[in-house]
Amino acid sequence: MRISTLLYTLKQGLKNVIRNKVFSLASMATIAACIFLFGLFYCVVANFRYMVKEAEAGVSVTVFFDEGISDEQIEEIGNLIKKRVEVDKVNYISADEAWNEFKEEYLGEYADGFENDNPLKDSASYEIYLKDVSMQSALVTYLESVDGIRQVNKSEFTADALSSLNSLVGYISGGVILILLAVALFLISNTVALGISVRKEEIGIMKLIGATDFIVRSPFIIEGMVIGLIGSAIPLLGIYLGYDKLINYIVEKFNILSTILKFLSVDIVFETLLPVGLIMGIGIGFVGSFWTVRRHLKV
Amino acid sequence: MIILENVSKSYSTGAPAINGASLHIKKGEFVFVVGNSGSGKSTLIKLLLKELNPTEGKITVNGTELSRIKRRKVPKFRRQMGVVFQDFRLLRDRNVYENVAFAQRVIQTPTRVIRKSVPAILSLVGLAEKYKAKPKQLSGGEQQRVAIARALVNNPSILLADEPTGNLDPKNSWEIMKLLEEVNKRGTTVLVVTHNREIVNAMQKRVITMKKGIIISDEEKGGYIYEN
Ligand SMILES: Nc1ncnc2c1ncn2[C@@H]1O[C@H](COP(=O)(O)OP(=O)(O)OP(=O)(O)O)[C@@H](O)[C@H]1O
Ligand SMILES: [Mg+2]
Repeated sequence: MRISTLLYTLKQGLKNVIRNKVFSLASMATIAACIFLFGLFYCVVANFRYMVKEAEAGVSVTVFFDEGISDEQIEEIGNLIKKRVEVDKVNYISADEAWNEFKEEYLGEYADGFENDNPLKDSASYEIYLKDVSMQSALVTYLESVDGIRQVNKSEFTADALSSLNSLVGYISGGVILILLAVALFLISNTVALGISVRKEEIGIMKLIGATDFIVRSPFIIEGMVIGLIGSAIPLLGIYLGYDKLINYIVEKFNILSTILKFLSVDIVFETLLPVGLIMGIGIGFVGSFWTVRRHLKV
Repeated sequence: MIILENVSKSYSTGAPAINGASLHIKKGEFVFVVGNSGSGKSTLIKLLLKELNPTEGKITVNGTELSRIKRRKVPKFRRQMGVVFQDFRLLRDRNVYENVAFAQRVIQTPTRVIRKSVPAILSLVGLAEKYKAKPKQLSGGEQQRVAIARALVNNPSILLADEPTGNLDPKNSWEIMKLLEEVNKRGTTVLVVTHNREIVNAMQKRVITMKKGIIISDEEKGGYIYEN
């Protein structure tokens, strides 16, 4: 396509948007609401995932062995554990290491009284890190059945409750977004249909002059895409500007939870949110207008 | 240039609008098509533009049989023809220059070509000075000149005019007809549908008369046959 044709088409598309001000604004507002909700939802989910990931990284299962077990047996058990699919990493912690750690953490300077007498001499253990926290119970069941294992200490961390909250938020936002999406499509379709009816005569002349379908249709497609672009750019900009303020507010309000509440930076969130949001907005505009043009503009 | 062989066109309701019409128009001819209201004149124009397809028969324009033109190729086919209507069909929101340029823009003519061809064609139709005027600031005759300029700017080999003087007073009607004759002298084949008996009789051109969809007469240097 020629540059001059492209410019002409763009100009006509923009003209369409301006000519149907009221409808264009209504469509933009609906898309904006849709993308805004999507953006919020995405921020919540992305941060939530991030927090869970951070928390999960510290989750481990610890196994202790029967008294009087030999080092070979311990090694054998270690090999069994390493073969499990759930397992990401296994650390062996000898009785001495366990004692040293305990001393440092709880006794400090009072540890001297124990001298070389390790009260935790049967406390050698494996510290097992999981690939995925949800696999914890399966692994624990297995470990409990292994000969030579006296005790399995599992982490109390449960992502289950949080996960179900997460999916509830997901379903509700998803539902609202779908409804808004449908409304946005409907409005765009009406806006474009109105534009087509206003320009019926012009379209008729274009066809008689020998304009191709592409030239006749593209201003209307552009119209839809411009509406989608503006409709998605506004809420995205809003979220971008408001994000840090919101995070600061949350951190201040809930600073007791500051160890769990770790947030992604706005730039990392927008690495995904910006393209996805814009594509969604422009996509709604494109689909809505394309579909309408096909229905109302049989060339 | 234009050949109709036994062409009929029936709309879904009523008698056929065109019934077994055959005719041959050579390159460079000037032809009037006359007939009572409802005799099928506008239908004939629509068939030539491939806005409608005949229910029977064969139409050939510039050596191409219309039924063989694929849907996708229709725009290209139409570029060989200019059309003018009784109601001008100008774009109200654009000035004279843009109305004419429009015809070139939509077929993707480069802007540098448009800048030359539009003033040239406007001076041919005698509107060079009014290029900035909006249609509603022009008289009917002037508006029709703009429409003719738009129809001609892409250098069509055929100009079709459906009652181009239907909304004009006698003086303007004459001027438009003279303009069409001038266009014809420059080599364009011109087909004019009209009810203007006086002009048809005065101009002594080929006259095709239709009645109820049938071509009832076709005469060189003919006159306006009036029947009821
Ligand atoms: N879209 C249509 N659907 C059904 N019938 C139609 C349609 N268009 C035209 N007709 C009929 O076809 C016949 C021919 O119409 P056409 O418009 O070709 O006449 P015309 O010679 O141009 O008349 P006029 O001088 O009034 O413009 C008429 O009987 C008309 O009612
Ligand atoms: Mg007619």
